[in-house]
Amino acid sequence: MGKTLTSVDIDATIKAMGVDLAGLLVQREITEPLMIGVHTGGLWVAQKLHQALGLTKPLGEIDISFYRDDFTRIGLNPQVKPSQVPVSIEGEDIVLVDDVLYTGRTVRAALNEIFDYGRPNSVTLVVLVDRSGRELPLQADVIGLKLDLSPQKQVKLTGPAPLALETNRN
Amino acid sequence: MSSSKHPASTSFKAPDSSSLQLNDQGKLRHFLTTDGLSKQVLTEIMDVAESFSGVAEQAVKKVPLLRGKTIANLFFENSTRTRTTFDLAAKRLSADVINLNIATSATTKGESILDTIRNLEAMQVDMFIVRHADSGAAHFIARHVAPHISVINAGDGRHAHPTQAMLDMFTIRRVKKDFKRLKVAIIGDILHSRVARSQIHALNTLGVKEVRVIAPKTLLPSDTNSLGVHVYGDLKTGLNDVDVVIMLRLQRERMGAALLPSEHEYFECFGLTEERLSYAKPEVCVMHPGPINRGVEMDAAVADGPNSVILQQVTNGIATRMAVMALTMGHYATGKSS
Repeated sequence: MGKTLTSVDIDATIKAMGVDLAGLLVQREITEPLMIGVHTGGLWVAQKLHQALGLTKPLGEIDISFYRDDFTRIGLNPQVKPSQVPVSIEGEDIVLVDDVLYTGRTVRAALNEIFDYGRPNSVTLVVLVDRSGRELPLQADVIGLKLDLSPQKQVKLTGPAPLALETNRN
Repeated sequence: MSSSKHPASTSFKAPDSSSLQLNDQGKLRHFLTTDGLSKQVLTEIMDVAESFSGVAEQAVKKVPLLRGKTIANLFFENSTRTRTTFDLAAKRLSADVINLNIATSATTKGESILDTIRNLEAMQVDMFIVRHADSGAAHFIARHVAPHISVINAGDGRHAHPTQAMLDMFTIRRVKKDFKRLKVAIIGDILHSRVARSQIHALNTLGVKEVRVIAPKTLLPSDTNSLGVHVYGDLKTGLNDVDVVIMLRLQRERMGAALLPSEHEYFECFGLTEERLSYAKPEVCVMHPGPINRGVEMDAAVADGPNSVILQQVTNGIATRMAVMALTMGHYATGKSS
């Protein structure tokens, strides 16, 4: 990794996402969403959105390492963090936040984990970056920016302060 | 069962540790002993255990990590708590578990163990949890299994009980946060205790300030001096200023009659009472691997008292065993991340 995408103003992008999300929640008649960020990058974005929207329910965080589908290929991620979902998921309107939506496998794992905590009323997916290369039929409801990248290209969020998008040089 | 039939370390080769436990990338492949493992590996086990402890708070107390894997609990020696927590740990990782209680006999060691292992391998078992009355049994099995199979030592003779030691380390870390300043006293039957050996290795590797053992001379092993501990013969001086007290069970089943005059007399000298506990720091935490002989190793008032973390040890045992299972089962991963 190495090259920072300087053309992208992350803070402005997240701000715009907050406006989009607020509008979508009104449209869906969701007044008290429970926001959950996916470790690590998704949580950084979620912290900013949670603050921007002034949400009352505490922010949840999940690490999907135990739900990944590639355990037999890459083993356990030793940097796994405990998941913390502060209130019961049962009947909640979840706003799931991640940094990059790529193959869709992380979101699949996150949904599985969420459902092990209870049965939510709904799940809204918010991502900072929607990049090409989906392998599962999943799409986000709120998107910060779309990137059309070749499979060799990686993009990742670095942070927590300042937040920046980095790509590999290819 | 008579211990004289099973002298320690006779039937199996003396265990060599780290080369067998780690794969060529330095990842934990088997978990046989805490001896020889780095601080980094022990810390990683505790970090992963911390993450797994949240699973018990989910509505569905399960993660899908080891779905489709088969784990065999091979208990050649009786145990309720250890087997139950291994069983629960495996199930919370979504593995399938078979429990085999195999009575051991002096004439059918070695070869019959290998036969058992070969048969279970033929049934596509992925992991063996082994408890055995002979030191080195788990090492012996680990040397003979197929490359993708992991072996976890759930207690072998007087040698090691590494998951018990790690759940104790995890419990200490959760209460005391940091190991650096801690003085830890281990009290009781050090001679017969595989738990004590594994704890001493782990505590020294994690860098505690001081490890003490407090025991009658007859219950100290001959190699005590090489273990890196300070030996005390009485509770009053030994408990002075300690942060953690670990009581050991008197292992009557491994003990000849001559080592102790009587349980009553043992309690008089080495039993932990509230009064004696007051020599230690006020915030001292009291541990015991269980099962407790109340009135022999410690007073009920201490076991149930405010300083006791004995039941937390049991809870932490599940997360710790999940961590060890997940880390060792991940060692064989060869592919690349998607």
